[in-house]
Amino acid sequence: MSLLSVRNLKVGFGPRPEENQVVHGVSFDLDPGETLAIVGETGSGKSVTSMAVNRLVDYGGGRITGGSISYTRSDGASLDLASAAESELEQIRGREIGMIFQEPMTSLNPVMTIGAQIEEIFRLQQGLTRAEAREAACKALERVRIPDAARRLGYAPHQLSGGMLQRVMIAIALASNPRILIADEPTTALDVTIQAQIMGLLSQMKRETGTGMIFITHDIGLVAGIADRIMVMQDGKVVEQGPLDKILDNPQHPYTRHLLSAVPHFSDGKSVRSDKASADRVLKVEDLSVRFPVRTGLFRKHTGNIHAVERVSFELRAGETLGIVGESGSGKSTTARAILDLVKPTSGVTQVDRTRIGGTEKPTQMVFQNPNASLNPRLTVQSILAEPITAVGRRIDEEAITRMELLLSRVGLPADSLTRYPHEFSGGQRQRVCIARALMLKPSVLVLDEAVSALDVSVQAKVLDLLIDLQREFGLAYLFVTHDMAVVERIAHRIAVVYAGEIVEIGDARELLANPRHRYTRQLIEAVPSLERRRAEYSIDSRAMPSLVRPIGFTPEVEAWLGAGEDHFYRQEA
Amino acid sequence: MTALLKDLTRHPSGRIGLITFAVFLIAAVLGKTGFTPYDPLIQDRIARLQGPSAAHWFGTDLFGRDVFSRLMDGIGQSFIISFFSVGIASLLGAVLGLTAAWFAGLWDGAVMRFMDVLLAFPAILLALLIITIFGPGTWTSVLAIAIVYTPIFTRVVRGPALSLRRRDFVDAARTFGSSRRYIMTRHLALNLVAPLTVQITLALAWALVTEAGLSFLGLGTQPPNASLGLMLSDARNLMEMAPWLLWMPAVALMLAVLSFNLLGDALRDILDPKTRRRLA
Repeated sequence: MSLLSVRNLKVGFGPRPEENQVVHGVSFDLDPGETLAIVGETGSGKSVTSMAVNRLVDYGGGRITGGSISYTRSDGASLDLASAAESELEQIRGREIGMIFQEPMTSLNPVMTIGAQIEEIFRLQQGLTRAEAREAACKALERVRIPDAARRLGYAPHQLSGGMLQRVMIAIALASNPRILIADEPTTALDVTIQAQIMGLLSQMKRETGTGMIFITHDIGLVAGIADRIMVMQDGKVVEQGPLDKILDNPQHPYTRHLLSAVPHFSDGKSVRSDKASADRVLKVEDLSVRFPVRTGLFRKHTGNIHAVERVSFELRAGETLGIVGESGSGKSTTARAILDLVKPTSGVTQVDRTRIGGTEKPTQMVFQNPNASLNPRLTVQSILAEPITAVGRRIDEEAITRMELLLSRVGLPADSLTRYPHEFSGGQRQRVCIARALMLKPSVLVLDEAVSALDVSVQAKVLDLLIDLQREFGLAYLFVTHDMAVVERIAHRIAVVYAGEIVEIGDARELLANPRHRYTRQLIEAVPSLERRRAEYSIDSRAMPSLVRPIGFTPEVEAWLGAGEDHFYRQEA
Repeated sequence: MTALLKDLTRHPSGRIGLITFAVFLIAAVLGKTGFTPYDPLIQDRIARLQGPSAAHWFGTDLFGRDVFSRLMDGIGQSFIISFFSVGIASLLGAVLGLTAAWFAGLWDGAVMRFMDVLLAFPAILLALLIITIFGPGTWTSVLAIAIVYTPIFTRVVRGPALSLRRRDFVDAARTFGSSRRYIMTRHLALNLVAPLTVQITLALAWALVTEAGLSFLGLGTQPPNASLGLMLSDARNLMEMAPWLLWMPAVALMLAVLSFNLLGDALRDILDPKTRRRLA
């Protein structure tokens, strides 16, 4: 008898849910101790399916219009969750079916200590006294490997990092020993090294407690490490489901094959680009440092500096991509912004070669992470593309319009796009508009700050291909900032690894990914999930990045560079 | 502009608001240009306190003046005061709010604290204070109401402007080297048009009521000129004898306020490109 048995589940939204269905007849089973991964892209209905299981979908405006969700309770009785009353569901939610959400930052109440939030669960669900609940909360935090648990109970959510908060969420979800745990993209908002730790934790938890888990993700590479069975969804239908190895090694449905092939997978430097860049140097950054002042107290006294970027140097050639990888807070975006003068560098020199490609007024341009935020919603695409032209004091003439049309067709947008507004495009198309805008002034360097991170995986692959094509056609140099190792492997010729504001390793992409020398680079590469790493053991290391706040006048020592090949250097480690 | 009118006629509440507003606007223009059935100031002792009839549609008042004509004149008076005061308040508020958000620091602090001081006074009390200083009259009323509503516009503009300033498209504009003026007008102001428009229509309605209140207290429009508040004030003593004297200006005021609110709702939907297509 399976723990959960979903048959022909249909879910619709709006006032007439029958007509507006988003899940069309999904069936699956979940056994105790088993992990089912639901894989699909945005709008595939994977989250709605999981939310239907604990009926949270009712609160999102959805309604189950057909099918059954038969859940076997601990006493062996069977209950159809699809038709259960709200009072029954309240007994089950949280106690028997736990849930972890994508954003740990928004899932916790910011004004309550995490201890109070965990204790609440024990008091409400198990009727413990205040003292007992405190002890249980402490144990729960220790269980999710939070060091120094007793002290952390008194912390407010903002005092903990994203990875720590997600552990707290897992602790809360596991507090009452649920029989089913639903994890909805639990690591998407986290850095890759933190993701590895959370994945490791989840598989350990699963083994220790025998909980059945439904793991929802868009990243098919991630499920290889944790899932027993995979269910692939597209447009609200299950296109394929089966045991892990069968789906990964022998996919039957074309969409599964597409997901497996289109999605960038990390392969330790085996699939880096083979084309070569030219020898013309277009950008030279020397000893770039960015420090932000820290002000404290009533009079906002300047007490120290955040050393966001510390003596970063690199060069970029025409037609070349330098990938800058690192985790959030490592200073990789600040480096990119400093090159474009969006933040003021404290010291250092940035030289751009203006003689190449017509010597345009603005030789460096930028594409941002979130295309929704980087396009003014009230301007038409024509006005958006016109902005760089007007900014340098030129008129929008016949020639400018021709260039707009040329670039739009070049980035693969329909010809009538000029008169449309950003919201009429999909996320991938919007990012194409951003790319076209950045190319309006014929720049020689394009800074791409997580330019594909907000896009769906298969869209991501297409935009990467477009970027590579454009680079070859216009001889562009890319500075590609990303946290995603698989993406950087696809697009970079050279890679710089940034840790705590400094470049710790830089060199030829293939060399660096195949033979990482610095401890942090190795850690980063080990953390990347891949299809080859089935049921991998991710080690749990809760070391945090060192604080970047330094006293005034502090000059950090920079370790010497060591060479590891013709174009491969790394910092000596203390 | 014609496209905007066309969209307004398609919007359900916009259509009602637009028609009501148009009727009032025509009445106001005719009233102020002298195209009234009777002269609103001419007294006719024989026809005192007559109920509505074919000759006097809305009846006559204590001095035998035609209420319909006085109402047209009064609506004109009220509209002039609210349009000018809200125009000044919104312009001043938009500039102050935008610059406060953009330049931040000391300027922001100075502007916003001064606005807080103004906001600390109840609206009608502050208006009374200003009128007491400058003496009653049409333009004093305009000034008083403008000052009372400027802080609201400053706040309405500053909040969104602060968040818009940090949006990626503003950063993107900086990377192209767009001028400060371009960023402030295209990226900030354009995105503020919708909240500002909605606020303007609401403020027009409040200004009508405030003006009526001031005139009612005898500090706005002065007799023998007509205004909605003044007519209400005059009608108060004759409420039982001649209820139409109270009804007519009261209903007119209510409908005018309603039409502004309906227009505001419709404009908010229309000015947002996301909801605009859905309506079309």
